[in-house]
Amino acid sequence: MSDETPINDAELQAYVDGRLGEERSQVVQAWLATRPEDAERVAMYRRLGEELRRAYDPVLDEPLPEWLAVRGGPRRRWLRFARVAGWVALGIAIGAVAGWEARDVRPGVSARGDTGETMARRAAVAHAVYSPEVRHPVEVGADQEAHLVAWLSKRLGTQVRVPKLDAVGYSLVGGRLLPGENGPVAHFMYQSNQGSRITLYVRTNAATNRETAFRYAREGNVSVFYWVDGKVGYALSSADISKETLLSVAELTYQQLNP
Amino acid sequence: MNEGERLVELIPRLRRYARALVGDRASADDLVQDTLERAWAKLHLYRRGTDLRAWLFTVMHNVHVNKVRATRATETLEDEMPELAQRAAQGDALMVRDLDRAIARLPDEQRSVLLLVTLEDMSYDEVARTLGIPIGTVMSRLSRARDKLRAMMLGQASAKLKVVK
Repeated sequence: MSDETPINDAELQAYVDGRLGEERSQVVQAWLATRPEDAERVAMYRRLGEELRRAYDPVLDEPLPEWLAVRGGPRRRWLRFARVAGWVALGIAIGAVAGWEARDVRPGVSARGDTGETMARRAAVAHAVYSPEVRHPVEVGADQEAHLVAWLSKRLGTQVRVPKLDAVGYSLVGGRLLPGENGPVAHFMYQSNQGSRITLYVRTNAATNRETAFRYAREGNVSVFYWVDGKVGYALSSADISKETLLSVAELTYQQLNP
Repeated sequence: MNEGERLVELIPRLRRYARALVGDRASADDLVQDTLERAWAKLHLYRRGTDLRAWLFTVMHNVHVNKVRATRATETLEDEMPELAQRAAQGDALMVRDLDRAIARLPDEQRSVLLLVTLEDMSYDEVARTLGIPIGTVMSRLSRARDKLRAMMLGQASAKLKVVK
């Protein structure tokens, strides 16, 4: 039989995978019956397939790591988080990925335009200037938070919110008004019990109304996560804590700003 | 269900494939992560109605190839045939528990084909499209991958296998 209908290797593979038509399968089966060595080979191939599945199928049931887990809340939040987590893990410099970063799943969101890098730089500088300040870290203290918010909201021309970061160990010190590239900037300072400081830089961006993913930048020893939400741009800076920790603070900040 | 949600659903499968492809868990999840980032960024290029899984695995394949290329310069010499002969000379048949090590010893392009066929249960045509290679190449890589794996599992030299065949 094998003389009339030679079995080629591709057919043998398809037979192993159960992807050969029934008729041809029977031919192969008959052929193998007379070729114990090939039959052994085919059996081994099948066993390898089973072993492979046995070894790797359990991965399907493994819980997703935190950075992949779909969190509660709107999907875009987790998308944002997943991207950022990726950057953190990879340590990719912001410039290297400038081409795609502003992309969004949602259609109609422009990939071009201000990516906020200038904002990140300015935020880092502001952090470096004000966070070491002992006597005058802020203009208006947290004890006058309502006044602080009203004042900065008025100056920025938009309702400014002050996120509460106590859940991650940072309490509000206060805030100040800063000059930004296009107008006034609100600058909030937070401090942990250990004395490490985080600053949040908030600017309005009247030019465009858009959203971006979290992005990471580093200026000197200052780490910055920054993003644009609507017409407001945010940059969270720290020189004391790890990128991962700062990310979790950034995420909380985002949640607080988008309740 | 939109593409984004379907993409999320495919994550466990990406992880399974990646684990088998690169071996250790951390590198595999790195690969998945890179793949997802790339996929999110490129989702607008995905044509609706086409096979999202194939598209996603293509993205992963490309990411993987680029990563391998980036590290290859230092590793290329260790990865070729002499390894096989050396193992055979030791005379110890690889056990099933060493399957992942045997998988790791396969040339990358053969491993991809074998894993897509075996784990993803892709048709040869889907594998060809996913990896961007002719179907004949799929078949020959699949065949060689299985031969090599079998040889390793039996602790044989691949040269000897050719005689048997």
